[in-house]
Amino acid sequence: MTIENHSQNTQANWTYDPAPQSIEHVDIHDSYELFINGKFTASKNGSYRDSINPATEKTLTKVAEAGVEDVDLAVEAARQAYEGPWSQMTAAERGKFLFRIARMIQERSRELAIVESLDGGKPIRESRDVDIPLAAAHFFYYAGWADKLDYAFPGRQAQSVGVAAQIIPWNFPLLMAAWKLAPALATGNTLVLKPAETTPLTAMILADIIREADLPPGVVNIVTGDGDLGKQLVRHPGIDKIAFTGSTTVGKEIMRALAGKDKRFTLELGGKAANIVFADAAIDQAIEGIVNSIFFNQGHVCCAGSRLFVEESVAKEVTQKLRERMETLIVGDPLDKNTDIGAINSFDQLKRIQSYVEIGQQEGGDLYQSNCILPETGYWHAPTLFSNVSQSHRIVQEEIFGPVLAIQTFRTVDEVIDKANNTPYGLSGGVWTDKGAKIFKVTRNIRAGVIWANTFNKFDPSSPFGGYKESGMGREGGVEGLLPYLKLTPNTR
Amino acid sequence: MKLSETKVDQIGVQERVARLQSRSIKADSKKEALTLALSMIDLTTLEGRDSPNKVRQLCYKATHLHESFPGLPHVAAICVYAPMIRTAKEALQGSTVKVAAVATAFPSGMTSLETKLDEVKQAAQDGADEIDMVISRGRFLSGDFDYVAEEINRVKEACGSAHLKVILETGELVTLDNVRTASDIAMAAGADFIKTSTGKIQPAATPEVTLVMMQAIKDFYHKNGRKVGLKPAGGISKSKQAIQYLVMLRETLGQDWLNPDLFRFGASSLANDILMQVVKQNTGIYQSASYFSLD
Repeated sequence: MTIENHSQNTQANWTYDPAPQSIEHVDIHDSYELFINGKFTASKNGSYRDSINPATEKTLTKVAEAGVEDVDLAVEAARQAYEGPWSQMTAAERGKFLFRIARMIQERSRELAIVESLDGGKPIRESRDVDIPLAAAHFFYYAGWADKLDYAFPGRQAQSVGVAAQIIPWNFPLLMAAWKLAPALATGNTLVLKPAETTPLTAMILADIIREADLPPGVVNIVTGDGDLGKQLVRHPGIDKIAFTGSTTVGKEIMRALAGKDKRFTLELGGKAANIVFADAAIDQAIEGIVNSIFFNQGHVCCAGSRLFVEESVAKEVTQKLRERMETLIVGDPLDKNTDIGAINSFDQLKRIQSYVEIGQQEGGDLYQSNCILPETGYWHAPTLFSNVSQSHRIVQEEIFGPVLAIQTFRTVDEVIDKANNTPYGLSGGVWTDKGAKIFKVTRNIRAGVIWANTFNKFDPSSPFGGYKESGMGREGGVEGLLPYLKLTPNTR
Repeated sequence: MKLSETKVDQIGVQERVARLQSRSIKADSKKEALTLALSMIDLTTLEGRDSPNKVRQLCYKATHLHESFPGLPHVAAICVYAPMIRTAKEALQGSTVKVAAVATAFPSGMTSLETKLDEVKQAAQDGADEIDMVISRGRFLSGDFDYVAEEINRVKEACGSAHLKVILETGELVTLDNVRTASDIAMAAGADFIKTSTGKIQPAATPEVTLVMMQAIKDFYHKNGRKVGLKPAGGISKSKQAIQYLVMLRETLGQDWLNPDLFRFGASSLANDILMQVVKQNTGIYQSASYFSLD
């Protein structure tokens, strides 16, 4: 027998080749118009705004900028539709439209995922596996409620509110549109939706889906533009209800603008959530939870766990493991199937994150960033940790909305509960421990709308989401998510 | 020995596995992975009907994986029952393919420690480079961790210079907490490798169990500075699975573990599936299974 000796046991340096998502079948138009009264129409002033791919800084397309007249038309169309076909229709018929939209989102899911990643910079893994499936799930969930509203609130009769103005952010563009549209439509309202100016494209595809679904004209109107357009919508006399997701600063402005007016509103605002790791937690799984809590969607998540509290006895181990795990995070092309962290959504947001990282260093925090190589063009930020910080540091107090985590240690349960609550925000939180009793003690005492135990950033349409304190008011999702869009009266039947 | 203090969260492990499995391995990185996986295989035959000729055929295959495709590595080892060690050593003379033998009343481990030690000593004497022992699962599940540790320790002594792989038989340990505890015990007691399964109990190797064992190895390395190897065995028969295990290895234990000294696949039919993929990657055409030898 002849024996050949091949080179064995050579030290491997195995890396992953690019695995790009094919985008050939996606057709991005040269321009997108406003969607008013069931038709795509140019804005009255004829102006457009470029929509940029933040990973390349290249212009993807241009999108119409709505002005005052367009807002009037959109609100008028919504009013007509509300008085007309939409309120005449049986609830079961309304539900069918929602089911149809949900199915069409699923049918066009790959296209929507690609456009979401192109327009907003998020990794295709997330837009494909999280954003788009959840958006469809939200429509399915509320479609089911449409003809069961009489049973949702026993003893009370539910009536729609009227015309809603819905203003959504740029971090989960289609998903936030779904969170707003689905409950509003299921409850029989009509609406005017304003997507964020940096990420309008999936909303435009949604408009196309709504048109194809044969929804009566004017039930859904979509106007594109920046914060000024949002202001006009909020102040428009034809609007009965405002639903806003965005920054706390703008949320406060909206409350001031609406003071003394008979308009309903819900606000889903910022956060600075505490993610608490006890020494008795499953540490390796907690590390994954930390990664998901702060590096998911580049940290552009209002409920991100941006304040990490680690019990002192395991702080060294957790920090070490977190650093090692950060080295395996792949930062780069959002359309590569292996990318974990994509592009920062916009130049302005990148500057904001960078300024906070500078502030953190000036304040004396210990900075650690993973050794990833950032692409030269586009907006990028390495995953970042700050340790040796306290509740008095600005990077611990203020929402950064980027992949920047501040780590503090604690010794006792009561201490960490106090510190977790020591913030003007109250949107979310996380607790990691193997002990059930400790989970209940912590979750019961933290003032936040959603608190995850041994997991983080889990969303489901049946689960209400919303904030305490300066993180907002009102709930989206679940039965509670119907309430902002309903007038409840005692049942007289 | 006291119970391991490291907790494992099953849901968290499943989610991590799912995320690792979503890695998309293409082009050259796929070719590299396939070659690497071939070089990590413990080509295995563990049947009551095994004969010297069957073992000789397997040994030839170990060094001649696919003659029509030159440049392929040989597998890492041949894994046989103890009576086949001499035959395998002879057949593999001149190659660097190791001979691994299962011992300690494989697969059940149901005999006295003395009998086990005799078996291990004989295997070492016959020239086994590696000895794959099974832990006493009954003792483990009854909470007698001291016995399990002591047994591994004694077997390690009996191995002499042969490398010791400790089979946890995770399919019988059931929970991931148990897998973690057994891994910690085995490493502390001197295991050179920890191995998931005998292949005789279902489920055999699973990605979840393997991930937990990788994390145990990593913690052990950080604490003691010794690199313990890992061998998932049983149920890994497809290239795609093998690549997913390598992804998990790379992102959990890192490049240092990406070689046959520290990672093995215990498998019998995996080699041919990888060979089929290697040929496909290079020619663009899937060949029929008939073109790959069944030894």
